[in-house]
Amino acid sequence: MDAVGVSMKRVDGPDKAMGRAKYTADLISRDALVAKVFRSTVANGRVLSLDISEALKVPGVVRIVTCFDVPKYYFPTAGHPWSTDPAHQDVADRLLLTDRPLYYGDDVAAVIAEDEIAAKRALRLIKAEYETYPFVLDPLEAIKEGAPQLHPDYPNNILKHTSGSAGDWDKAIAEPGLLCLDKWYETPIVQHCHIENHICCAWTEGRKIAILSSTQIPHIVRRCVGQALGRPWGEIRVIKPYIGGGFGNKQDALYEPLCAYLATLTDGRPVKLDVSREETFVNNRVRHGGKFHLVTYFRRDGTFVARQMEEYSQQGAYTSHGHSTAAKATNGFVQMYPCEAYRFDAYSVYTNTPTAGAMRAYGMPQVSFAMESHVDDIAKMLGMSPVELRDKNRMPVGYRDAFTGNVNWQDSHGQCMEKAMEYIGWQEKYKAYQNQTGPVRRGVGMAIFWYNTAVWPISLEATTSRMMLNQDGSVQYMCAETEIGQGADTAYTQMVAHTVGVPMEKVHVVTCQDTDVTGYGTGAYASRQTYVEGFAIANVGRQFREKILAYASWLTKIPAEELDLRDGNIVSHGETVMTLEALATEATYSMERAAYITAEDTTQVKSNAYSFGCSFAEVEVDIHLCKVKVLNIVNVHDCGTLINPQLAQAQVHGGMSMSIGYAMGEELKFDEKTGRPLNNNLLDYKISTAMDHPDLGALFVENPEPTSPFGTKALGEPPAVSPAPAIRNAVLQATGVEIDRLPMTPHVLFERFREEGLIHV
Amino acid sequence: MGFKTITFTLNGRERTCSVDVRMSLTELLREEFGLTSVKTGCEVGECGACCVLVDGRAYNSCIYLAVWADGKSVLTVEGLRGPATGQLHPIQQAFVDEAAVQCGFCTPGIIMTAVELIGTGKTYTREELRRAISGHLCRCTGYENILNALEKLVGEKK
Repeated sequence: MDAVGVSMKRVDGPDKAMGRAKYTADLISRDALVAKVFRSTVANGRVLSLDISEALKVPGVVRIVTCFDVPKYYFPTAGHPWSTDPAHQDVADRLLLTDRPLYYGDDVAAVIAEDEIAAKRALRLIKAEYETYPFVLDPLEAIKEGAPQLHPDYPNNILKHTSGSAGDWDKAIAEPGLLCLDKWYETPIVQHCHIENHICCAWTEGRKIAILSSTQIPHIVRRCVGQALGRPWGEIRVIKPYIGGGFGNKQDALYEPLCAYLATLTDGRPVKLDVSREETFVNNRVRHGGKFHLVTYFRRDGTFVARQMEEYSQQGAYTSHGHSTAAKATNGFVQMYPCEAYRFDAYSVYTNTPTAGAMRAYGMPQVSFAMESHVDDIAKMLGMSPVELRDKNRMPVGYRDAFTGNVNWQDSHGQCMEKAMEYIGWQEKYKAYQNQTGPVRRGVGMAIFWYNTAVWPISLEATTSRMMLNQDGSVQYMCAETEIGQGADTAYTQMVAHTVGVPMEKVHVVTCQDTDVTGYGTGAYASRQTYVEGFAIANVGRQFREKILAYASWLTKIPAEELDLRDGNIVSHGETVMTLEALATEATYSMERAAYITAEDTTQVKSNAYSFGCSFAEVEVDIHLCKVKVLNIVNVHDCGTLINPQLAQAQVHGGMSMSIGYAMGEELKFDEKTGRPLNNNLLDYKISTAMDHPDLGALFVENPEPTSPFGTKALGEPPAVSPAPAIRNAVLQATGVEIDRLPMTPHVLFERFREEGLIHV
Repeated sequence: MGFKTITFTLNGRERTCSVDVRMSLTELLREEFGLTSVKTGCEVGECGACCVLVDGRAYNSCIYLAVWADGKSVLTVEGLRGPATGQLHPIQQAFVDEAAVQCGFCTPGIIMTAVELIGTGKTYTREELRRAISGHLCRCTGYENILNALEKLVGEKK
């Protein structure tokens, strides 16, 4: 049986179901000290003084470090591969602790104590005196003249502004008879809400600092910690055990640098920094809020002629991933609906709010909400079906993006939409739900997306992996790409089995990452790992097989080119010559020619690939209650060949659930008077529970991706892109009301239904 | 402030220990007994990751004081497998088979709620199961495969 394309059970499933899979908190030594962060109670200001005298008297307090004590190495935190070109390096604007708080809750001091209670008591006794400055919470306010300035080097709080255009705009819009739609759309700040909060523990060993951390990117964190502490990177060791979800939040150096620094002050005792849920919401990373101004000129037949976008991406207090998410959104805008002329301006704007970083689908959920809502608003103006309008304008087959080299090889969108329409019963329902008038109405809506796979050519794509032949003929596979819950280890197991020619149960993937042991690789992000590992496994697997067959040839005296390795056996002309087990045992212990057969290489990938798909949703809207119920929803993806269909489907479910939350309830809110977060807990911030959505349909179209040795492309993030606009567009069909901001809570719907005369109050 | 000696049954075995009266059952199970299946995701009863059974009923152990366990029987995921065979409990197997496990952090807690449901001897509709697990937050699965796993054991037979 081929190992690829089958629904192998997760390799980590039993351990996780038994509760014996070890996560960071499960591995921390019991003598670890506890660190807690003292946080600013101003959203913008300067720390004038800190009085720690009372706090130091708390029994059990070991040490208190303030913003005035820490070394001043400015460091970047983004989970990007380092660039040796200074022009492409991430902005280094963080210190371990700061005397210049830029959002409510900024890191000002840290307490190290024997236990949590002592640390918390000490926090309450620290007295801070601030010079307070006006603050700004909204990106459109932040760019105005006279707005409070966060970073001196970035006037008008603009971290970066990029623009682009093609075609002759003036000529295009001069065409007689064009219609135009000019509108704004808005998406909220949301948080990843992985169930395991970020946690890390650091200690010193020899010349090194070791950090056990819940991170997606151990090798990148190693470099960031080195930069933050002014230490050679090789003196930093990062260990990543199982992690309880990341979704991009842990694609950043979070508290590892501070924790590592604190560990240098404790004479070797480990220091644990366990981030609370309330802190996770505001002191880690969030998704950028977005404000989009879209203008489209189009013909009466629905053809788009000229498209324009202004994007204001809410960066928050610090740079983290910087402008990359906004830039990705501009690609999403341009490539989705190519037409005669386009132009865009994208701004990443600092505000006195939590720092925005990577979050599942990296800028695309924001722009897709704006763009896909906008397309349906045009369809409504024209009285045209949303599917027909997209068919007229969407990225055509054969389209090639000049920068990435990505090609739209097949009519994936068409195929995906066809499957989704059948699933949801689009044709009948779209007709049946026209022109309803009652208090409870139904509607169907849809949205499409494309997504890149991996980060080439904007950044490095290279990974190191190693195959080792154990004495029993099983294969040990070690790579730098991380399991974070998505099922990566299982996919690698299948791909290694397929490539090397051994049964799946003979493959052992090393799940725990340790930068002192595994070679360099960048980690879990950009929906890259299965794609990139495909190249790595094909490359290293070929070398590994060659070494095994060369050894088999020496043992059997049969020429290597007449030997093959299949299903764990060395075969020649269809006959089994010996088992791999026998070969491995002989090779390991041979008195004549001992060989522990291994292969290792760094594989660089210089390609990228379009992943495609759509969401179709059916909703019921109770107009008087201002409530939307999602009755049915389906995602259809073309992510190429599926390595493991069952796990692929599971990935899609999770992304859909996240996007349903984005559509219906999630929004991090701040007090206008103080900048204080208002709902940074799981009671007041509503992520989807099992009662909040219907069964989730997850279907696939499998067009093998030509650039990939396994035919695969992105699936990790794309499921979180299109459900929210599909639901919004279903509400539009049900009610005729355009909801132009997320989440579509009753508060938002009430205002809009009242404005549109659906309810009279 | 003080300590109290409690005696309770933990995964079938009687235990006596002295606990800080302020300690949560989560802390007791994790710190004193090393039961790492009991996860902390919020420590205020919002997420359900720390769910254990106390006398057969599911509780968020983070908001259940350790002293309240005195005289009671506490069951965690570690207590589910047959000690002789070491085989997975049927609900654990169903979670594995249905791909209901992803990052695995919510998994032990939901499994304990599932064990509570199994213990009732009743069957449940999918809607009832949605309600029954609505105290558990999962960010990976969209609950879809978790519900499928639950239905295998306690779902209404179609």
